[in-house]
Parts: sequence; C-alpha cells; structure tokens
Amino acid sequence: MTRPERVIGNLNRALHTLLDDDPRAYVIGEDIADPYGGAFKAARGLSDRHPERVISSPISEGGIVGVAAGLALTGNHPVAEMMFSDFAALAFDQLLNFASKSVSMYGRPVPMSMVVRCPTGGNRGYGPTHSQSLQKHFIGIPSLSLYEMSPFHDNADVLTAMLSREQPSMLFEDKTLYTRTMHQSGVVDDLFRYELLDDPSRTARVFPVDCADPDWIILAPGGLTERAVAAMRTLLLEEEITCELLVPSRLYPFTVEPLLATVSRARRICVAEDSAADGTWGEMLAQQLHEHLWRRLDRPVLLLSAQPSVIPTAAHLEHTVLLQTTALRRALSEASQ
Amino acid sequence: MVSAAPHLIGGSTTATAITAPQPRTGAQRLSRLPAEDLDTLLMIRHFELAVLDLFSQGLVHGTTHTCLGQEYIPVALYALLDEGDYVFSNHRGHGHYLARFRDPHGLLAEIMGREGAVCHGVGGSQHIYRDRYLSTGVQGESLPVAAGVALHLRRAEPGRIAVVHIGDGTWGEGAVYEALNMAQLWGLPLLVVVENNRIAQSTPTERQMAGTIQARAAAFGIRHHHVTSHDVAAVRRELSGVIDDIRTQHQPLVVEFVTNRVGPHSKGDDSRPAEAIRHAAANDWYRRYEKQHPEQFAAADRSQRLAIAEAVREVQARPASRWEHA
Ligand SMILES: Cc1ncc(C[n+]2csc(CCOP(=O)(O)OP(=O)(O)O)c2C)c(N)n1
Ligand SMILES: [Mg+2]
Repeated sequence: MTRPERVIGNLNRALHTLLDDDPRAYVIGEDIADPYGGAFKAARGLSDRHPERVISSPISEGGIVGVAAGLALTGNHPVAEMMFSDFAALAFDQLLNFASKSVSMYGRPVPMSMVVRCPTGGNRGYGPTHSQSLQKHFIGIPSLSLYEMSPFHDNADVLTAMLSREQPSMLFEDKTLYTRTMHQSGVVDDLFRYELLDDPSRTARVFPVDCADPDWIILAPGGLTERAVAAMRTLLLEEEITCELLVPSRLYPFTVEPLLATVSRARRICVAEDSAADGTWGEMLAQQLHEHLWRRLDRPVLLLSAQPSVIPTAAHLEHTVLLQTTALRRALSEASQ
Repeated sequence: MVSAAPHLIGGSTTATAITAPQPRTGAQRLSRLPAEDLDTLLMIRHFELAVLDLFSQGLVHGTTHTCLGQEYIPVALYALLDEGDYVFSNHRGHGHYLARFRDPHGLLAEIMGREGAVCHGVGGSQHIYRDRYLSTGVQGESLPVAAGVALHLRRAEPGRIAVVHIGDGTWGEGAVYEALNMAQLWGLPLLVVVENNRIAQSTPTERQMAGTIQARAAAFGIRHHHVTSHDVAAVRRELSGVIDDIRTQHQPLVVEFVTNRVGPHSKGDDSRPAEAIRHAAANDWYRRYEKQHPEQFAAADRSQRLAIAEAVREVQARPASRWEHA
C-alpha cells in the first residue's frame, strides 16, 4: 500500500498535473511564486516548473479573477487562488456579472473554463474575516458551479471535472483539511468504509463496516467530514445509532434525485454545514429532500449550521459558533428519541 | 482650473460645470475624408438618431446610450487595428460596434429583440459579443478581463493587442487601477481608450475626479497620450506610432480623447445647463464637417440617412428573436 498522502499534497500534485498536461492551464494568485508557494503551500513548486503560466499577482482579488476570466475567454484554463475565501467577496462582481454571465448572456454558449480556489472555514483561530464559509453567497448564480474539497475526492479528478463544465467554478477548501490525509482504497478507519457514487455530484458515501439500512443519513460538504465521522463513531459505539455520511464533491448545481435510492434507506436525514445559519446550502437540500421524501421521513430534515454570528478568534469562543463534533452528536442523539 | 464649490460634497451639475475648460476645437479644420470613413461616421450618427427616435416612439424597450459627438473615436482608431485585436466596449458602444462591423441591421435587431440580432436579443444595447469584440455594462469590470486577454495575446499571438474603452467617470472604479497595475507590471499590450466627454451621467468630471487621468497613468509608469483633435485623419496620424509601439514592446498605453457628448446620457436625461449643451453642439464634428465640406457631406449624409431609415423599416418588420438555451 502506498504511503498516505496529505490533502495539501494531493492538491499540489493536482495543480502540477494540470500544468504539466494542459498547455492552456494557468495558475494565478497572491504570493504563489516559489519558494513561498502560496499561503497554504498549494502552489509549491509550480512557478519554478512553469514560470510563464504561474503568475504571482498583486493583492487584487477582483483583478485576479478578472484576468482569469480574460484567459478563459481566450480559451485557456486558469486556476485562480484566493488567499482566503473571505476575499472572494472582492471578486464577487467578476464572478457574478462577468465570468458566469458571459456563459449565456451573449445569446449563445461562451465557454468559460476557470476555477477559483477558496481556502475556507474556521477552527484555526484566524478570526472573523479569515474563517468564513461563504458558499451560501455563491449559490444560485446561473452558470457558476460550486465544489468542495474532501479527503475522498482526488483533486486532479475534481479539477478536471470543474474545467470540463466550460463555466466558472469555485472550489471551497476547508483549511483544516490541508493537513489531514486522503482516504484511500475505500477505507476511512476501523469502523467505516467509503465508496464514490457516480451521481453528477460525485458523492462519497461513508458507511459503517457491516450495517444494513442506517438510522440516519447525514449530508455534509467535505470540510465537515472529520467532525461528522467522529460523531458517527460515538453514536455507533455508545448509542448503537447507525449513520451514513454523504459528501458531494459538487455542491451546486445540486439535485437530490440521483441520490434518492440511497437517502431513502433511512427514515431520518440530517444536513450539516459550516455556513452561518439562514439562506444556506443546507436549506436548499432540506427543501429538496422534503419535496421528495415528505411522507417517508420520521421527522423533518435536521438542519445543522454554524451560529448566525461572526466567527470569534479566541479558540473557546470560535468553538461555540462553529458546528463541532459534540454538538453534531448531541443533536443527532436528541433527534433520535 | 475651476474647482467644485467647496461647501458641496458630491452634488449634481451646477453652473460651475460650464466654466470648466472646454476644448477649443470649434475652429479646427477637419480633413476631407475618404468616402468609406465619412460613410461610417454618418452611419453611426444616423443609427444613434434613429435609436433615440425609436425610444421616443416607445418602440424600443429598456435603455440605451448613444455616442453622438464621439463617433470619430472608433472610426479613427479602428483603422489602426486588425481583426485579431480584441476590443472591449462599454455601455456607450454602438459606434464601436458599427465602426468594427458596419452592421446596423444586426445591432438594431439586438436592441429591438428581432431575428438576426447579434446576441439573439439576450444582451441588448450594452452586452454584445461577436468575434473579438465584447461589451458589457458594469463600469470598469472589463479592464482586468482585457488585461487577461492581453496576457494571452502576449504569449500566444504576439503583436496583437487588447483595446478597452472607458469613460472619464469610470476612473472612479477600483478595477481600473488593479488592471493598470498588472498591465504595467507584466508588460501587457493593453490599450486603454478614455473617451473623456467631461461628464458621467449627470456629474461633471471636476466633481468626480481629483487630479487627472494623465497623472494617474504616470503614477503607474504608463504612457499617456492626449488627443484633442476630432479629425479622423489627424487622430490616426497621431496614434499610429504609439500603437505600433505597444504591439512590439508589450506595454500598456492610455490614450485620452477629449471629446463631446452631444446627446443625453441615456434618453431624455440631459440635466446639463443649456449653455453646456449648446457648447457641445457647437463643437460637434458633424456640424463642422458639414460646413467645411458641404458637397461631399450632403450626398453622403443623405445616403446614410436613407440607408438607416431603410434598415429601421426592415428590422422592425422582422419576427421576434429566439433564444435557445440549455
Ligand atoms: C459599476 C457601475 N456603476 C454605475 C453604473 C451606471 N452608469 C452607467 S454609465 C454611467 C456613467 C459613466 O460615465 P463615464 O465613464 O464618464 O462614461 P460616459 O457615460 O460619459 O460615456 C453610470 C454611472 C454602471 N453601469 N456600472
Ligand atoms: Mg464621461
């Protein structure tokens, strides 16, 4: 068996592969040139190898995404890095009004293959402006696809899928994942296994080793994987509550139909996410699930989000605002009664 | 230089607007142009007048911005471009489109949502994409995009350039400076064409811009060229060298035209003092060309007026455009 690979290494390897194999690929972002290689080191080694197509830019998020859009318009495949996803707010106009709109507003499809990478989320003490999960603000924009990194999805495959959509895509990367390892060969740990489904969202299904229909199905983006699996483990060992976890690679567009056979095996469904509550991805999923499974569920979809609050810096305060393993476990346990 | 009244922050047009320096172009001689250039100028003029007329009759829906008085800019400039150069236009783009494609039917159909519309009626007056020509309606947004295109051209098609049109008011947008910075840092063949008509919607330039465009370009180390002439032939002579330079030397350039908005910002929304409007009209290349070359003008003007009237009749009679989308 090969040595486990860290998620950041997998991402870095994916960017290397992209630049090596695709002469039209570019990587652009702040502080990405070697030897620094980007704030989280995703770009390490790229500029040494491809100095022409790896562009370390000024601190200009709107400009970076605009330049990426210009490259996409001329048939290239740029990957732009936001140093922190919070700063994608400064590129919102380029994403909303130019890159995504150009795909259809000129009356015929205009291919705009580009990726905006967004190091996302909290639990690292970066404070209110460097910890947010802003996925919800980008949902529902025509021709803008949202993906989230996970320890199950090989990043080279994810980048290929994103670029092949011929429309702008954002990749949300939970920052706590970078230092974790990629799961391999269908094994999560001693209790859980996983498989990749072939629905359009390329959902990873995590399930207890020998279990028939589970009590719960949990749907969550990749960043919550570790916390969700930890909650599932305790519930299984201490309360004999069985859960499966579904982690889609593509968050938007998202339709639950292809997953109905899988999710309807449980009578209880939970959607968990790191976004501040209200107007979220989880709400969109809950609505779709209610539409299809209303009469078959024992209770309404359990929706768990972060508090509708700024994300404090101090660890003990941050901990209370974001969705943690203990809260997840407690909520599932209570809703199982 | 007369500055805005000190007690007024922001504010709208007041009499101070007309005391701002005006170009002394009224007396300037306009060269006699080859028929093709004059025809394009007049095609644009009559197209814009027809659009305003259609609006006032309630036959067009939405909004439009005409380039009355500024027609000579794309006509002069585009003779210095080739098909491989990209042009990014803005809200005031009919003249740019017509100077590039001489296709009043396709553009009018786009504005009126009729069959044969360049973008099937989805984009309308200010969102057009055809070949290497693209316009969009958010001020300043296209500068970073044009910089990205210039980055591509520099590597994949050296010698070609990206041209982006903006107004004076658009220098209020941060995107402009992000793009200028990158263009100069990375040696991008980007031509920023500023059509400084000294007003943005209702706000005179001196109420919305501190300092000058020239000094702003200089702050980035970017060459700036001031064009005060409204004479197509003179403008071309003036610019051909500097545009050649950016093709071969891979560097950006800001060309600032001092120009005149003869019509309203959009339609029926001209709040300028009467004197300012009269001044713009008196400097209009159209009136001056008519005076200086009466015979050539009369025949060409008549034929373009009729051609546009015919295009309006023909396009109006077409069925509605259709949009097939996923
Ligand atoms: C980001 C943005 N803000 C406001 C507007 C509305 N708007 C359209 S044109 C215009 C004035 C632009 O002035 P200027 O750049 O001088 O160009 P001009 O209209 O004079 O050609 C404004 C405010 C817009 N289209 N985009
Ligand atoms: Mg203006």
